Amino acid sequence: MLERIHDLYDTLERQRVLLSFKGDLTEDLITALLGIVEKKLPLIDGDARSRKRVFNVVVECLQNLYHHNANMKVKDGMPVPTKDPHGVVMIARTDQGYSVLTGNFMAGAEVEGLRSHLERINNLTPELLREFYREKLADGTYSKNGGGGLGMIDIARKSGSKLEYGFVPYDEDNAFFSLNVNVTT
Amino acid sequence: MASLHLEGTPKTPHVNFDHETGLLELKGRSIPENSIEFFKPLIDWVDKYGRTPQHRTALHMQLEYFNTSSSKCILDLFKKLETIRAAGNEVTVLWHYEADDEDMLEAGEDYAGIINIPFKMILIEEADSTQG
Repeated sequence: MLERIHDLYDTLERQRVLLSFKGDLTEDLITALLGIVEKKLPLIDGDARSRKRVFNVVVECLQNLYHHNANMKVKDGMPVPTKDPHGVVMIARTDQGYSVLTGNFMAGAEVEGLRSHLERINNLTPELLREFYREKLADGTYSKNGGGGLGMIDIARKSGSKLEYGFVPYDEDNAFFSLNVNVTT
Repeated sequence: MASLHLEGTPKTPHVNFDHETGLLELKGRSIPENSIEFFKPLIDWVDKYGRTPQHRTALHMQLEYFNTSSSKCILDLFKKLETIRAAGNEVTVLWHYEADDEDMLEAGEDYAGIINIPFKMILIEEADSTQG
């Protein structure tokens, strides 16, 4: 067990991890995580705009994690319901900027909708992304948390790169969704 | 009617809506998980204000961050003001942004393109950028 502490430290160091968290997420915990990210922001290379973009992407990713969550984890190979949304988040330095990784279980029935939404976003130029955002903003529809499907579009706009994502089917009701957002600074 | 005053928090903006002066102000950040809950009293206040508005109403938007969950609520707030303007009153949105924050300027332009209210884009001077 003791060697594993050093391995963990070593891995986090090599991957240049600024922050990582796995577990149940509450609103208070998200506030605390954002507080940590914000304290580290002045250390971020690049201009004020880049720093704001990193923070914005982290805000949206954490809120996606929080709102589009199956509230479950896997323990000893079995799905276990969790009281609060559950997932993993990691922010790491890359050669081009920062990488914001999130992962969580989501309803399997929503996978295809999300996949086609993400495919559409990745096929748009920055100009068309802005247009898509405007359309969605103006269309008067709401999702249950009020975002109305704007989150991923905003993440793509602010990151300046294509979204990397994947779905691992878990059982007939749930899939694990992974998202890696590279924010270029 | 009573003015609406809310202190800012790490996730919600400072709010100052004053019926007597027709001056409305949102300042700071708006990144709550549940934006609908936060904005409901603001939108209700503007709705009520619309029954006896000042001849001139100015909304100052001075946000450093807002999440997408807030963006539709902000649009709803603007829509209430649009109704007040359509009734023959003067309404202006003053959209403040920092010199290096092109994204915030673009966000203001996006709203200006959707809402039928004159927007004034106001560049925040360096000396002010540390406030709020």
